[in-house]
Amino acid sequence: MRHLISPLDFSVEELDTLMDLANDIEKNPEKYAHVCDGRILATLFYEPSTRTRLSFESAMNRLGGKVIGFSSAAASSAAKGESVTDTIRMASCYADICAMRHPKEGAPLVASLHSSIPVINAGDGGHQHPTQTLTDLLTIRSLKGRLGGMTVGLCGDLKFGRTVHSLINALVRYTGIRFVLISPNELRIPSYIRDNVLEAGHIPYTEMENLEDAMPELDILYMTRVQRERFFNEEEYIRMKDCYILDKAKMALGKEDMCVLHPLPRVNEISTEVDDDPRAVYFRQARYGVYIRMALIMTLLEVSPC
Amino acid sequence: MLNISGLEEGIVLDHIPAGKSMDIYKHLGLGHLDCQVAIIKNARSAKMGRKDIIKIEGGLDTVDLNVLGFIEHKITVNIIRNGEIAEKKTLRLPKKITNVIRCKNPRCITSIEQELPHIFNLTDEEHKIYRCMYCEEKYK
Repeated sequence: MRHLISPLDFSVEELDTLMDLANDIEKNPEKYAHVCDGRILATLFYEPSTRTRLSFESAMNRLGGKVIGFSSAAASSAAKGESVTDTIRMASCYADICAMRHPKEGAPLVASLHSSIPVINAGDGGHQHPTQTLTDLLTIRSLKGRLGGMTVGLCGDLKFGRTVHSLINALVRYTGIRFVLISPNELRIPSYIRDNVLEAGHIPYTEMENLEDAMPELDILYMTRVQRERFFNEEEYIRMKDCYILDKAKMALGKEDMCVLHPLPRVNEISTEVDDDPRAVYFRQARYGVYIRMALIMTLLEVSPC
Repeated sequence: MLNISGLEEGIVLDHIPAGKSMDIYKHLGLGHLDCQVAIIKNARSAKMGRKDIIKIEGGLDTVDLNVLGFIEHKITVNIIRNGEIAEKKTLRLPKKITNVIRCKNPRCITSIEQELPHIFNLTDEEHKIYRCMYCEEKYK
């Protein structure tokens, strides 16, 4: 029995197989409509989530399975003081697979150590969010036809953004990746990613503050939100805030086949005028999130079409 | 020269950096042992200038060498049998340590689930970096 706790739990080859399956699901959804008939997914969400929980529910429903669960700690026995260990033992009796989101880092790992069903980490605090990373990889591979040999721009809050850290860790396993790290000085990539991942792996990267300067060279632009409260002073925020809002003028500087991704929710960092640009793929990305979760559920349950 | 009687059977922890013997005494739980334990502080050492030494009467099972390896892996461990050094153990940084140090990350699951063991993995031997198994926070 396998779990998915970290984005690196699967090898590059296993990820390829998983993404091949996701692409086949996209092309032939009817072939997979009943592969999980009679199976139950437990969504154990200790904190509110819209997209991830709905994406998991949509994935299981599209496979013919059923979903049970809770969507906040207040609605679960955690409110009575039940441990994660006990909750997963209980859920193992009710369901065949579980997706867990928890505000505390490492909670899904604890669950996996005591579970008799596969556990998927659906986000544990600021630590890991592996299905978002798988979604990002599938989106890039599906739309660019490859995961190596490209320049990837990561823009916004690179210090606290867990999706950015996970994506860097996942992409450095492919050859010919170059990163352009675009952020205000306060929100630069943490030193442990710069030193232990990029420098140690001899991965080419440049750091810059201005998005416009970076635009012409990017194959992928991965946007994240820059929050006012992350700045140490208001003056600096006002000076920088417009720099990280992607609008039509900045899009005009980008390559014709560039793809713009965003883990969503978007607030104001991507102007709505960009939504109609064919290079804006963040809503398609959400769709790929369902396909990759379908492929993941099938893989962990070891089911395949008849 | 201070004279402390030799051991017939037991362990001598030698080359402890001066001043660290009480930390080791505490971490190894030597206060809970019924056997004789001698702590020698600031002994003269040709190699180190000053060093601490701990002598523990009894078998090897009285000391968790994993814990010792984490605290100070350059310590020499001499096993004494029949009054002589029968064996010298080399300490290594343990790959995993359980319930020796605690995760201080307030966002870690160990902060709310009191009965979870605090487990740290060695992630960088050169820089002696241990990370919490659950949240991967570096131990400082």
